Amino acid sequence: MATVTLKPTKVPELMFEGYSITPDAFAGKTAPQIADLPGHEGKFVLKLGDFFEVSGNGGETAADTDIVITGDCTRVKYIGARMTAGTVTVNGNADMYVGGWMKGGKIHIKGNMDSFCGIQMEGGELLCDGDAKNHVGCAYRGDWRGMKGGTIRIKGSAGNDIGTAMLGGTIIIEKNAFIHVSTHAEGGTVIIKGDVEGRVGGQMVKGEMYVLGKIKFMMPGYQKVGTVEKEVDGATYTFDHYIGDLGERHGKSKGQIVYANLYLKAAA
Amino acid sequence: MPKLIKGVGCPYCGSSCDDIEVLVSDDETKILEVHNACIIGTNLFHHANDPTRPRLPRRRQPDGSMKEIPYDEAIDYMAKTMLAAKKPLVYGFGSTNCEGMSAVARIAEKSGAVLDNCATICHGPSFLAIFDNGYPSCTLGEAKNRADVVVFWGCNPMHAHPRHTSRYSIFPRGYFTQKGQMQRTVLCVDPRETDTAKLADHHLMLDQGHDYELFDAFRTVLRGFEIPDVVAGIPKETIKKSVEIMKNAKFCMIFFGMGCTHTDGRNHNIDAAISLTRDLNTHTKASIMAMRGHYNIAGPGQVWAWQFGFPYCIDLSKGTHAHMNPGETSSVDLAMRDEVDCFVNVGADAGAHFPIQPVQHLKKHPFITVDPNFNMASEISDLHIPVRIAGVDEPGVVYRMDNVPIQFRAVIKGLPGVPSDEELFNKVYERMCELTKTEPIWLAAKEDRRYPESEAVI
Ligand code: SF4
Repeated sequence: MATVTLKPTKVPELMFEGYSITPDAFAGKTAPQIADLPGHEGKFVLKLGDFFEVSGNGGETAADTDIVITGDCTRVKYIGARMTAGTVTVNGNADMYVGGWMKGGKIHIKGNMDSFCGIQMEGGELLCDGDAKNHVGCAYRGDWRGMKGGTIRIKGSAGNDIGTAMLGGTIIIEKNAFIHVSTHAEGGTVIIKGDVEGRVGGQMVKGEMYVLGKIKFMMPGYQKVGTVEKEVDGATYTFDHYIGDLGERHGKSKGQIVYANLYLKAAA
Repeated sequence: MPKLIKGVGCPYCGSSCDDIEVLVSDDETKILEVHNACIIGTNLFHHANDPTRPRLPRRRQPDGSMKEIPYDEAIDYMAKTMLAAKKPLVYGFGSTNCEGMSAVARIAEKSGAVLDNCATICHGPSFLAIFDNGYPSCTLGEAKNRADVVVFWGCNPMHAHPRHTSRYSIFPRGYFTQKGQMQRTVLCVDPRETDTAKLADHHLMLDQGHDYELFDAFRTVLRGFEIPDVVAGIPKETIKKSVEIMKNAKFCMIFFGMGCTHTDGRNHNIDAAISLTRDLNTHTKASIMAMRGHYNIAGPGQVWAWQFGFPYCIDLSKGTHAHMNPGETSSVDLAMRDEVDCFVNVGADAGAHFPIQPVQHLKKHPFITVDPNFNMASEISDLHIPVRIAGVDEPGVVYRMDNVPIQFRAVIKGLPGVPSDEELFNKVYERMCELTKTEPIWLAAKEDRRYPESEAVI
């Protein structure tokens, strides 16, 4: 395993597009070569070395390259986007598109993330110790095939549009979420351990949602069908089981209509 | 002898009325009378007579005052500023013609800018919903001739589109709607009792910000399932009755406005409305249309989607491809996040329409306004370049709210020396090419427009 350390030295005036900050791009490169990798600030192409002090060489492959960013990346986009293996750790905040389109590997953001993290994710693990803004693990605009696999875990809260048009994978929000959870989803699992304002599972075709807190405004297209006991993220609870969205189209499996499932923790 | 010009288009709201008659002085420099237009349209034409209209660009001086400068100097400043910026933002185009929009695309591409239009603070979310879910729409003519149930959801045409109801949606007698208003059932869904709501047969006064739930309730009822007793403040019975009305229509037309696109959920509200329209089509004919605000705000969507593949929020900074993702590349977000370092406001008033914080951020950098009149944006600008008024002293193509192109005409002569948007942007483009020592590429859809002068670039 080889560790490449990036120490932020300068805050970009506009946002810096750090699309080169992935184990895939760093693999097989020496520290000076890594510092020479490109990134956009507006229309100008700059180098990673303009904003970071690079130490350590990359591993032979992406899988044995670990990247550690030792400071704040509030104005750096695309960290770990499209990566397939290896790890990225940021000891601070990160801007948009963290782990977007990622296929494998692990990202750990110790601060907060901005919007569009894990957009169109296909595999791997994205962990955030702070809050995420909007569009966690959602689909890119106009794409009806959203997140396909992998796990996103946000230890704080998230905004709106979580898992839009999701097809697979798991999103766990340990605190609260605002609106639009699993809208248009056709698969996947979303677990929200806190409260949600509303619009949980609107236009949802298939998939699972677990809410351990309260839903302030329930979608009218969901109907309670029973009470079940289920294990969620290592703990077992009793849930009210709802199916929906009854206003949306649904497919059939073995002659049975398949609905999306919403498990809302039953009042004690 | 004053001349009466018939069949004139009104360059104000999205109704784009093309039946206006304008009486002009015989030297074609003054507008004397305006017939058929609503009060807003009438005033817009008379406004062109204003003797205080700016005729020269004005540049901010070190002492804060504005000083008139020649056009060449303004063009030079604009070209240099945009080229020097890391990421300029070009915003506006609510009120100009498609020729101007097409021309600005060249300078945006050349300077690696973000190209955005007023849809970003208006019907942009509708675009996103259309990307996600399609757009089962029709023309206003179809609405007029066929619709016997008209739903106004989160829009108030009585104020925003004054002649919409009389030309297209409620009152006109059409081919299958001979009895006009008598034959139409009008539903209005709005949290306030607007003048449109007063005109409607049924007003569903929903809780503000709960359109999505209400759409879902409509769809659930339409599929024959039960819903809770009250959804979004509307009793179940009212919802069921409204669904019945829509289902039993011969042709149900849904018009939606800012009430859907700029409350919580934004694109999802429209998305649900589109799904509802699709569901209704299993029972009857139904169609949906965005109540676009300005007479040619559908234009940039058409023009730029043809040029770049995206209708708005187009980030051209990469030079190799366009990138679009509202939330990131949308004007207000870019400004809020300090992601642009030069702002060009064209045919719109960002000074009046943006929240104050984005304007404060934008003001840290060069701020250019291209507009025929003085407005709030022009007054805080570093450079204000006046142009002719499209649809009044400059002809051009405009797209009505239903995406029907209409050729607007000029009714009076333009102010001497004042260019059109297209001419101005072409000059800026030429200057940018001079500065970057590159060959301009002129490719135009129209025969009489500019073509490459040098064979090398064909
Ligand atoms: S309704 Fe709109 S387009 Fe028609 S005259 Fe009035 S302002 Fe002009």
